[in-house]
Amino acid sequence: MLEMAVEKHLGEFTVDMNISCETSGIVAFFGRSGAGKTSIVNMLAGLLRPDHGRITVNGTTLFDSSHGIDLPPERRRLGYVFQEGRLFPHMTVRANLNYGLRRVPPGERTIQADQVVALLGLEGCLERRPHHLSGGEKQRVALGRALLANPRLLLMDEPLASLDQPRKDEVLPFIERLRDEMAIPIVYVSHSMPEIVRLADTMVLISDGRVEAVGAVDDLTSRLDLRPLTGRYEAGAVIEARVAGHDRDFGLTELAFAGGRLRAPHVSLPVGTRLRLRIRARDVALALEAPQRSSILNAIPAVVCDIGTEEGPQVDLRLDAGGATFWARITRRSLIDLGLQPGMAVTALIKAVAIDRYSLGRSAGPGRFLGDGD
Amino acid sequence: MLTLTPLETEALSLSLRVALWSVATSLPVGLLVAWLLARRDFIGKTALNALVHLPLVLPPVVVGYLLLVLLGREGPLGRLLFSLFGITLPFTWQGAALAAAVMAFPLMVRAMRLSLEAVDRRLEAAARTLGARPIMVFATITLPLMAPGIVVGAVLAFARGLGEFGATITFAANIPGETRTLPIALYTLIQSPGGEAAALRLTVISVVLSLAALAASEVLARRLRARMDG
Repeated sequence: MLEMAVEKHLGEFTVDMNISCETSGIVAFFGRSGAGKTSIVNMLAGLLRPDHGRITVNGTTLFDSSHGIDLPPERRRLGYVFQEGRLFPHMTVRANLNYGLRRVPPGERTIQADQVVALLGLEGCLERRPHHLSGGEKQRVALGRALLANPRLLLMDEPLASLDQPRKDEVLPFIERLRDEMAIPIVYVSHSMPEIVRLADTMVLISDGRVEAVGAVDDLTSRLDLRPLTGRYEAGAVIEARVAGHDRDFGLTELAFAGGRLRAPHVSLPVGTRLRLRIRARDVALALEAPQRSSILNAIPAVVCDIGTEEGPQVDLRLDAGGATFWARITRRSLIDLGLQPGMAVTALIKAVAIDRYSLGRSAGPGRFLGDGD
Repeated sequence: MLTLTPLETEALSLSLRVALWSVATSLPVGLLVAWLLARRDFIGKTALNALVHLPLVLPPVVVGYLLLVLLGREGPLGRLLFSLFGITLPFTWQGAALAAAVMAFPLMVRAMRLSLEAVDRRLEAAARTLGARPIMVFATITLPLMAPGIVVGAVLAFARGLGEFGATITFAANIPGETRTLPIALYTLIQSPGGEAAALRLTVISVVLSLAALAASEVLARRLRARMDG
């Protein structure tokens, strides 16, 4: 359980946040640049002192201005993965990794170096210095170093933001493995909705130094009133699904979810694996009745719940399919032509090829790590 | 030419001893002052900064005379040192080392301060989050990262100490075997008739010594930097 109520004036900018959420899996702090995300993480870590307030993590008080408590960073036991890695340039990778571990009392070292080196695939670069590592390797070492300090909570401040897309794709699976194999809760700060949707369960929406909303990622991304903050480009829905079967002949995988079944390009995961998939609003088309002959494999019966009121040629509609929420983005013209109203039954058409690799993430839950996806 | 006369050996070893002691004793103080100036804000910081840099702008003779006034047998500090520890500084080689240290102090502090200011404080913050107390952060992160600056500061101070003349001769005088360092011996030879040949030999020794010190510092600093960049 993470509870913080803090206030901090930074020149013109004021951070005034009240956050209370469960710390299991990954909690994402989402907000635009300059929203105050890094300030809040620095206050958690003890690198920035709030003007007043209170911070507790799993029952331990880290800061309480009314009782004069302010634990120094080294006694907070929070691992911190910085955007720029911040590896120590004068030490080898091995020395970097062991820096925090050496300061943990031997009896409390539940996470060991060998385990982390294997988890993050760092066997090959232990004797090298940070200078000679690629960007992705640096961030993996930074992850390992924070992890080996055996923290009660792992803070990650935009750990992928300084990497290009191929390096992001390289590091993301390691963060998923870390989430799944280590029993350490993670606070993940990002301004990238795709990353958050793929990794996190809970989201704290931050804007202008304040918390706008706290809740499940699926819920917050589906709320129309938060759309100005979550962003129109990101519009889409996150659906929990399970691998139901494989169609080897056509290279397809069938995924079962609350509203029925979806066919997607083949994913090499065993039947029964739980998945989280994201379906973008722009990839969903609507029809009043299921088309008879069409190239679109997925036709899901749904009900229109909400129609966006944004101006412009496009409209976002929220759909309900057996309890699962979908978003569809259509033209205003189609909206008028079809006469769509809340409560109407429609068929949501989703191209199988729109469900790509990047929109698939492993679902957080017990025992779901099953080797690398293809 | 290759063998040194007893006089030369005496002046050379005395110079080395004075310069080494001046560097060794002023290094910790210099580090502390550099840290105060680079990292702390306090009342009197400007005054401290000015005081440290004073030997750079004052005539060395003035510095030597001020030391004599402060630390002489009748000076306020000198009396205290003598009555408490029985230490006398004027007209001793320790006094020469002190004069050299004071004169070299601005150079040493400047080099160390610049290197300390170049240390990325975000790395220190990262070390704190990994469980290191501030003193450990200083020992394991700050100090190694500023090491090239410490080496440069020490070598500069050493070279400055070898060449110190004005403050030394004023504070510690020109006593053979005690305070007659290389430059003072050279000066004495020049002043005495027929000493030109011996003076030339001392000049060569001085040049060789200074070049050796510079080369050593260059090698050391390069090795430290190489370690840093992998």
